[in-house]
Amino acid sequence: MDRYVKQRMGFAFLTACAIAVVAPILVVIGLIFIEGAKAVSLEFISAVPYGGMKEGGIFPAIVGTLILTVGTALASIPVGVAGTIYLAEYARDTWMTRAIRLAIVNLAGIPSIVYGLFGLGMFVLFLHMGTSILAGVLTLAIMTLPVIISTSEEALRAVPMEFRTVSASLGGTRWQGIRYIVLPQAMPGIITGIILGLLRAAGETAPILFTVAAFYLPQLPRSPFDQVMALPYHLYVISTQVPGMPMSVQYGTALVLLILVLSMNLIATVIRSYFRRRRQW
Amino acid sequence: MEKFRVEHLNFHYGDKLALSDISISISDRRITALIGPSGCGKSTFLRCLNRMNDTIRGARVEGRVLLDGQDIYARGTDVVELRKRVGMVFQRPNPFPQSIFDNIAFGPRVLGLEGDLHQIVEESLRGAVLWDEVKDKLKQDALGLSLGQQQRLCIARTIAVKPEVILMDEPCSALDPIATLQIEELMQSLKEEYSIVIVTHNMQQASRVSDFTGFFWLGEMVEFDVTERVFTRPAQRITEDYITGRAG
Repeated sequence: MDRYVKQRMGFAFLTACAIAVVAPILVVIGLIFIEGAKAVSLEFISAVPYGGMKEGGIFPAIVGTLILTVGTALASIPVGVAGTIYLAEYARDTWMTRAIRLAIVNLAGIPSIVYGLFGLGMFVLFLHMGTSILAGVLTLAIMTLPVIISTSEEALRAVPMEFRTVSASLGGTRWQGIRYIVLPQAMPGIITGIILGLLRAAGETAPILFTVAAFYLPQLPRSPFDQVMALPYHLYVISTQVPGMPMSVQYGTALVLLILVLSMNLIATVIRSYFRRRRQW
Repeated sequence: MEKFRVEHLNFHYGDKLALSDISISISDRRITALIGPSGCGKSTFLRCLNRMNDTIRGARVEGRVLLDGQDIYARGTDVVELRKRVGMVFQRPNPFPQSIFDNIAFGPRVLGLEGDLHQIVEESLRGAVLWDEVKDKLKQDALGLSLGQQQRLCIARTIAVKPEVILMDEPCSALDPIATLQIEELMQSLKEEYSIVIVTHNMQQASRVSDFTGFFWLGEMVEFDVTERVFTRPAQRITEDYITGRAG
């Protein structure tokens, strides 16, 4: 066979594969947008649900998901980034740190329901937090940490060793080299890790199932020890637990969750490109 | 005047003896060149002078390295302070991926040096004969400069912390002949103020720029003398063989 014909066939095959990857995602998003748009209105995103959740809106669930995501960010980012800096920059390569690394990689692959059960046992029952925002946030943070740590460590290690050496040769302390040279360089990668972790936390149902999520709770929380509704759990509830729920409400909820997640993604991408451009102090 | 005095320096990488019994005196405001084949220990020796080998695991130093009479390997030596006094320029130009200004300002900033930062930056760039080329684009990314300019930027970055000694580890090996010549001319003006130690593979370069030359062979310093004598009447047979291309 002519080698140019071979090449054309090869490219055609690769293009088909690429389309096969993207097409289902586009179809899903498209379907949710078309069907969900019928349900979404100002009332839908600003009112509380009533009439067996078939009427009204999903405002408490939106607020709940925002609270949980922000809380997870507050709980996981400082610990995750600081721990990563220690692991990647300071910790010596011993069997201990290797074991920690191995554990982190494996933790990132654990099913989310396991985190949910851990959160129930640890925070809700053992530490007497009850089913609360605090317990839910801590559970989500623990699920998010391995993702943040493993991606951030990659980002730190990708910064050439040379820069640390040069910084030292100019009289910089190890921390100054990390703070002013290594971290700014690794920042886009670290932010990517944070985004990935938080998006997962925002969209998961299982970890909040036993730790924070309320089936039906129209009023907003007053303290970290209150329960909240959350979008993914609400979607699960209205899709499986409530008979006769109109499809449009389900699509509408899915659309709001999707928009929420995508817009958080967008904000994070803007922050990341800002750090890419401004690699200086 | 003597700047560095090295006495019976041994350097171990684990079980391997990389430098054995090196004794040498390095003069202030002169250029000392270290030559020898790859792996002979000249770069290792250079890095002993500002303790850049400290972070290598399994590395061990014996003997004394006196800077102005003070042993830099003595207990309680402030390594950060030492590196402020003994700066270093590396083989590959390695500016930080930041603006030209921030590159130069890095050292003064981390050391908290007094004085007007803009003035320090300008003086350093003038000292490295780079000012006229970059004065209108100080805010631009340093990686946009040519390799030769980048290396002069690295030299400017080094002199911005006002060191006493500048160590250069094959500073021209990544540069074209014109950029190399510019660095060599720069070295001649720098030696008015600094003591310079340069490791080089290029023997013409050593004979052109240096006042003293040390020849390293298999971890030992076989010969050390005034450059002219090393290149015209070396005391050791092996030095002559290496210089004339018969060995190494």
